[in-house]
Amino acid sequence: MRWMRGEKQWWGLGVAVAAGLVLGQLAIPAPVPAAQAVILSTTTSTQDSGLLDVLVPLFQKRTGYTVKAISVGTGQALALAARGEADVCLVHAPDAEKKYVSEGLLLNRRLVMHNDFLIVGPAGDPARIKGLASAADALRRLAEAKITFVSRGDNSGTHQLEKKLWKEAELDPSGAWYLQAGQGMGATLVIAWEKQAYSLTDRGTFLAFKKRVQLVPLVEKDRILLNIYSVLEPDPTKFPRINVAGGKAFADFMVSKEAQDIIRTFGTEKFGEPLFFPDAGKREEAL
Amino acid sequence: MELIWQGLVEAVRLIATGDPEILQIAWLSVQISGSATLLSLLAGVPAGMALALARFPGRSLCVALVNTGMGLPPVVVGLFVSLFLWRSGPLGFLGFLYTPTAMVVAQFIIAAPIVTGLTIAAMQQLNPRLRLQLLALGASRWQLLWLLMREARLPLLAAVMAGFGGVISEVGASMMVGGNLQGQTRVLTTATVLETSKGNFDLAIALSVILLLLAFSVNYLLTCIQQRGRTP
Repeated sequence: MRWMRGEKQWWGLGVAVAAGLVLGQLAIPAPVPAAQAVILSTTTSTQDSGLLDVLVPLFQKRTGYTVKAISVGTGQALALAARGEADVCLVHAPDAEKKYVSEGLLLNRRLVMHNDFLIVGPAGDPARIKGLASAADALRRLAEAKITFVSRGDNSGTHQLEKKLWKEAELDPSGAWYLQAGQGMGATLVIAWEKQAYSLTDRGTFLAFKKRVQLVPLVEKDRILLNIYSVLEPDPTKFPRINVAGGKAFADFMVSKEAQDIIRTFGTEKFGEPLFFPDAGKREEAL
Repeated sequence: MELIWQGLVEAVRLIATGDPEILQIAWLSVQISGSATLLSLLAGVPAGMALALARFPGRSLCVALVNTGMGLPPVVVGLFVSLFLWRSGPLGFLGFLYTPTAMVVAQFIIAAPIVTGLTIAAMQQLNPRLRLQLLALGASRWQLLWLLMREARLPLLAAVMAGFGGVISEVGASMMVGGNLQGQTRVLTTATVLETSKGNFDLAIALSVILLLLAFSVNYLLTCIQQRGRTP
């Protein structure tokens, strides 16, 4: 009968663990009341660069709101906001943004900051695109030589710009040389590096992955490679459940002097150069 | 190789120094996955016993559905739970999306079929004569179920381990319904994805090691309970 006694102890332990978990569950912070929570849908680059980790706590301190930042590709971030599933979005796909604005789903598009994209590739540059002034020309050369190019392939802001470049090059990329990663920028760069291939990347992610990925910048500074971030708010008359005041407060904060000053220097310490340039109040054509 | 080594060193450092953020993330992982596993036991064991012992039309269909559910892809669960919990979705009024509660719900849906399926298997591998004998000895219906459960406790504990293992290691659903919010819904798997996409590979490796250690500890505890009667 000894083992019977032992078994009872184990059952007791099991019950104790179970009770602990259930009680622990109660200790999980209660959901924030809807009026105080702001859902921000944004792109992965704002989170992966660490910018949100600096700006969001400051905004919360200043306003008392709690931000739920959902980092997804820009395509999804825009779609969420345009369905009223987010209260505000911070994204970087000007053409898609303007389309949502013209459809009346998103309002009040305001420029926040910019940085730039660049075409990177192996140092040997087998396609000989280094120094070309036009990004579209560079892609055309890759396509003609059928040299491996790794695309995001996820409808993100970066991918949307890439599609625009292909359109400008009057090409529809396909074939074994054109790889669609379907992943974030970092993962895509790692794939490009492992395959010694070319890719289109934003400068922030490229700098963050410099240690792991030794691809080099080959084409940059073409005007079309500007990477412009804006805030937009969903139309409050269309979606009854959105936190209108909270969303607007976050958008206002992003273009405030305080946030813009932080953006101006953000990243200098870690990368030796700023990752973003503040643009609040500017016109897109003036960049 | 150097990177992997750095990651292991980082893991040891984080555990040794008791980094508060890592501790919070690890504890939240245990709470969410533990709660989901418990709930799936409460639902899955009775359901599995009913499916194993009762005879009714459509039973095979139900068992086949449960067996399919054992391989339910977490991202599919994540997508559908998200759609239901969206503000515009049928359960949007609850305001559960991007909370630990939503993650428990999603993980429950992943774990429940695993527990149910393994309970069915556990019950069916019992000698059918045992049931007749217990009934002949005058056991009531509840006594019968209780005794059968005790008889099948080893495979039932395996069901607990499989259910817990399935949800603690799952990332797709947690990412989608939780949103990977720092301090609120960030668990070990989603934190690993984030650090990888940030390029912090050493931290990502460290988080993976902590996740493996955690899963191992819980399974070791359960295995000790399970094997208790095996070694007199």
